[in-house]
Amino acid sequence: MANYYQKELETMPLEKIKELQSERLVKQVKNVYENVKYYRDLMDKKGITPDDIKSVDDLHKLPFLTKADLREAYPYGLMARPLSDCVRIQSTSGTTGKRVVAFYTQNDIDIWEDCCARAIMAVGGTKDDVCQVCYGYGLFTGGPGLNGGSHKVGCLTLPMSSGNTERQIQFMVDLQSTIICCTPSYAAYIGETLKEMGYTKDDISLKAGIFGAEAWTEEMRRDIENTLGIKAYDIYGLTELAGPGVSFECEEQTGMHINEDHYIAEIIDPDTGEVLPEGSKGELVLTSVDKEAFPLLRYRTRDICILTRKKCSCGRTFVKMTKPMGRSDDMLIIRGVNVFPSQIETVLLEQGYSPNYRIEVDRENNTDTLDVYVEISSDQFSDTVKEIAEKEKQLASAVKTMLGINPKMHLVPPKSITRSEGKAVRVVDKRKLYK
Amino acid sequence: MSVKQISIFIENKKGSLSEVTKFIAESKINLLALSIADTQDFGILRIITEDADKARDILRDAGYTAVATSVLAAALDDTPGSMANILEILTNADINVEYTYAFMSHIKDKAYMIFRVDNNDKATKALIDANISVIDQKDIFGK
Repeated sequence: MANYYQKELETMPLEKIKELQSERLVKQVKNVYENVKYYRDLMDKKGITPDDIKSVDDLHKLPFLTKADLREAYPYGLMARPLSDCVRIQSTSGTTGKRVVAFYTQNDIDIWEDCCARAIMAVGGTKDDVCQVCYGYGLFTGGPGLNGGSHKVGCLTLPMSSGNTERQIQFMVDLQSTIICCTPSYAAYIGETLKEMGYTKDDISLKAGIFGAEAWTEEMRRDIENTLGIKAYDIYGLTELAGPGVSFECEEQTGMHINEDHYIAEIIDPDTGEVLPEGSKGELVLTSVDKEAFPLLRYRTRDICILTRKKCSCGRTFVKMTKPMGRSDDMLIIRGVNVFPSQIETVLLEQGYSPNYRIEVDRENNTDTLDVYVEISSDQFSDTVKEIAEKEKQLASAVKTMLGINPKMHLVPPKSITRSEGKAVRVVDKRKLYK
Repeated sequence: MSVKQISIFIENKKGSLSEVTKFIAESKINLLALSIADTQDFGILRIITEDADKARDILRDAGYTAVATSVLAAALDDTPGSMANILEILTNADINVEYTYAFMSHIKDKAYMIFRVDNNDKATKALIDANISVIDQKDIFGK
């Protein structure tokens, strides 16, 4: 039996969705044109005025917004409300360059939490559930988003944050949590620790898990479902657009419904920017139609997926997106953290190393590993192993400061990094998370 | 009193040692002593050769990562306990030995040892004070 948080909205007919989107889009475009210089300049440059946007069908006329725009406008350049109207900041990890800082009014927080509440109810959550949130809390959106959603549903909420796995499991056993929210790799790790502690899935009462913030495979889904005795559901979101809850899976487990009353989704050809018809594989572009503080119009997510609007057995009418099938840029998600190879390159250059490097990402015991190989010159070389190990340690610490995650650094002789067709292979992702 | 050693950074993979020694041979560099430190990722090949500076330049020109380091060389009596004796002298003089290796000498009943220490001058003095024969490049090559 389908379970909704806001049934009327979640099941409204397509024409109603379009109508609502059009109304909100027209208002939003007018709003950003009047209140955000950055948008006004972008639109002026393209020769577009708010009068050109009469409905959702005119969306394609608007310019795209990219992460580069976010960087350029950092920190306040895309805000449509004064800071005094805002109540919260969330951010992506990373200390320089590519960090995203998003602002929220109280209404933005409410909508975000509504979206998370929809996700929790879609997996069967009710006020009788005990919801254990083991996403990180703090600037990261995972914890705060699902925590807020869980409150809205009325679940008894355990704001565990991530880490301290044995304690997580003890709470799970003692307090009989029924829903768990975390990254899929952490869910798999919890499953393993459960076994190590001598428990089985019969000792816990979990029934569903909401897993996001990183790519995962169907095989991982089955493994997690078997070890924890649950149904595992996907959730999608970006800090730029609030956080988790942009889209969520329902009981069908065949893709994620995008909350179309708040977001308009398009699929484009990442090379030409051309909008592609439904069912095409391409880059997901999202427009937040009712965000107050930090509205993003036609934001290029760089996630490659397919949108379909087939009738869903859950009764929801919102369009479904597939799991991200890849990226149209070189971003990696490692232990839930967004990592760009260029960030690592910046650290190497700052520390006086060569730009000849190779990044290897793998997954061991359900934890992502990051290995960076860097070629060194005679000036940086020493005859003792100790000094080289010391240099590796210093470099690892600099990368950790930049990314927030610990890499293993390997200094290697010149020319030892494979070059294909004269160009170095910079990134090797052995996890095979995308099909 | 010291000896110049050349260290070469090599990958810890099949063939890399062979490749560099082949290059050394083709460059007509005569190896008198050789030692290897290995880790999971890399190895450091340390060699003693007659014209160390020239060897280093040849290696660098060919794209190898190579450095010259001054190391201490001592001629030891070829009898049990000589090595333990030297290490005790160095320890007592508060000298830290990073690594050490042995090689054949052309003098009968003597063995040559290379010591990489944290203070060459202090170590040399400690050994000479203890009547250990510290040698230099000329002595090794018997010229």
